[in-house]
Amino acid sequence: MAAAAGGQTVGRSSFSRAAAPHVASSSTAAGVKLGPNGAAFVSSGIPDLDRILGGGFLIGSVVMIMEDSDAPHHLLLLRSFMAQGVVHKQPLLFAGPMKEPRLFLGTLPAVASSKEDGRQRGMGAGTNSDGRTSDEALRIAWQYKKYFGEEKTSHAEHRDNKQEFSNDFDLRKPLERHLLNAQNIESLKKETLLVSSRTVVPHSCPNFREKMVEMRMLDGLLYNHYVHHNADTLRRKDWDMVSFIRSLKAMVRASNAVAVITFPNTVLSSSFCKRWQHLADTLLSIKAIPDEDKELAKLLTGYQDMVGFLHVHKVAQTNSQVPVILEASTFSLKLRKRRSLVLERLNQAPVDGSGGPSHASGSCSSSSQGSQLDF
Amino acid sequence: MEEYGGGDLLSEAMGSGARVVVVEDRVEARGAFALHLLLKRALAGGGAAALLALAQPFSHYDRVLRGAKGGAISDSFVRLYGDIQRAIDASRTGDNTGRFTLMIDDVSLLEVAAGGSVDDVLDFLHYCVTLTSEMNCSLVFLIHEDIYSSEEGVGVLLHLRYIADLVIRAAPLSTGLAADVHGQLSVVNKCTFREQRLKAQRIWNFHFRVKENGADFFYPGSRY
Repeated sequence: MAAAAGGQTVGRSSFSRAAAPHVASSSTAAGVKLGPNGAAFVSSGIPDLDRILGGGFLIGSVVMIMEDSDAPHHLLLLRSFMAQGVVHKQPLLFAGPMKEPRLFLGTLPAVASSKEDGRQRGMGAGTNSDGRTSDEALRIAWQYKKYFGEEKTSHAEHRDNKQEFSNDFDLRKPLERHLLNAQNIESLKKETLLVSSRTVVPHSCPNFREKMVEMRMLDGLLYNHYVHHNADTLRRKDWDMVSFIRSLKAMVRASNAVAVITFPNTVLSSSFCKRWQHLADTLLSIKAIPDEDKELAKLLTGYQDMVGFLHVHKVAQTNSQVPVILEASTFSLKLRKRRSLVLERLNQAPVDGSGGPSHASGSCSSSSQGSQLDF
Repeated sequence: MEEYGGGDLLSEAMGSGARVVVVEDRVEARGAFALHLLLKRALAGGGAAALLALAQPFSHYDRVLRGAKGGAISDSFVRLYGDIQRAIDASRTGDNTGRFTLMIDDVSLLEVAAGGSVDDVLDFLHYCVTLTSEMNCSLVFLIHEDIYSSEEGVGVLLHLRYIADLVIRAAPLSTGLAADVHGQLSVVNKCTFREQRLKAQRIWNFHFRVKENGADFFYPGSRY
């Protein structure tokens, strides 16, 4: 433990807390990982995202995902999150705008069997056995950094953690029925949610008192409700919604839960959008990638595989006022073999060296050519 | 604010004698660290403080602000104000010299609690301001300035800026995120206007970096 080094400079010392050793298997509940500063994490269902966020979703926090109205990629995140909760047998509450929210459960992905899964962690650039090497080999020279970063963690621990804490999901197969049926899952229609927005959750869900609860909410399409009302009730609804989110935050904090809320920021007015963003502990946004964008294809490698961008705006922090600054905050969402969801750092494509000074390639840290991407 | 220990830029910028301090921040550059700093300074000077923490919810305030079912929000605010006055009186009995500091984190959430009723919120804030003259109290409000950047809801922000003696504004760097510099702070000190000190600096701009238990303040480029 680094003792407060500022014995002389009273009150001005800057110590950093010692990291608590990662305890893989002695967590109090399945699927919970402990971290430094008394933090406990739940997996988001996407191992890459857990790594980026420094462990996973913090328990007691609210995660907000800003959708892109062009594409439903936020559902990928939501499904992974819910499937992970089901696999870990954690109670689930799900609310959505559809008529039968329970049907959404049928779209959850199954756990990928390890034989088929080609994504093996901790492998060097050359040793991947499923044939990826051949196309990757040509790019080794300037994508090396991507592989080396992951090898720092010890392989054994990594594999153990992976089994218990977060799973890869096979998006082509639906989650086994028996898992869903055995599960403590509740789903709410949006009307129930809005009508009694302040009291609905504590009263209608008695299982909230339990130790480990995961909650997912899909508020994104609530604008359906808005269309039929005039301006006054619209304003009312805005304030009700923010108030509800605030109460939700208090409840999540008190009850060991994690709430994931997705919303389309185009529907809310900009000031309410900012209010929601301030309420989030972890804030992510998804942007869809247009299918054929020559500019982007020239700028990035692997463009053909990408389905969207994930941008991390805010990362939840517990017991600390220091903001979390990530090395890179925009990642590409890719579907490996149409099966598993992967998040990768963006890599700038090699520039054609024949015309003028050559640029150093590698992971991009500033946007070039005035593109709208903010790497 | 009582001066404490601070040879740092923020203390210099703040000076002393400010009764109403407003801290503004944005999503990209959050200002809660400034509240923590000011709270420490308030307590270190031998004073007492009350923190109305709405952003990190305490269940007590949740109950108070929701009001009894059906009660008007103005009643809840009245009750809240009563609680604050009682807290101040309680701290008065022991120690008479210390200054009392009331901190509100944050005003945007007061608005949410009031269901968008800006009038109620402003009434409440003005009542709090009366405490500064009556009861030797200082106020610190945190407000999110990016919520009010559109035309619709500028009201509360402008009011606060008007009544403040000191405005501390946290903003992100225009160049984006950085690990060494978390943002820039601009401090507008209106007390110096009143004191008619012609040479006194009124507006300060510098960078900050948040640490575990404090923050570093430095002019751009002057960090070792």
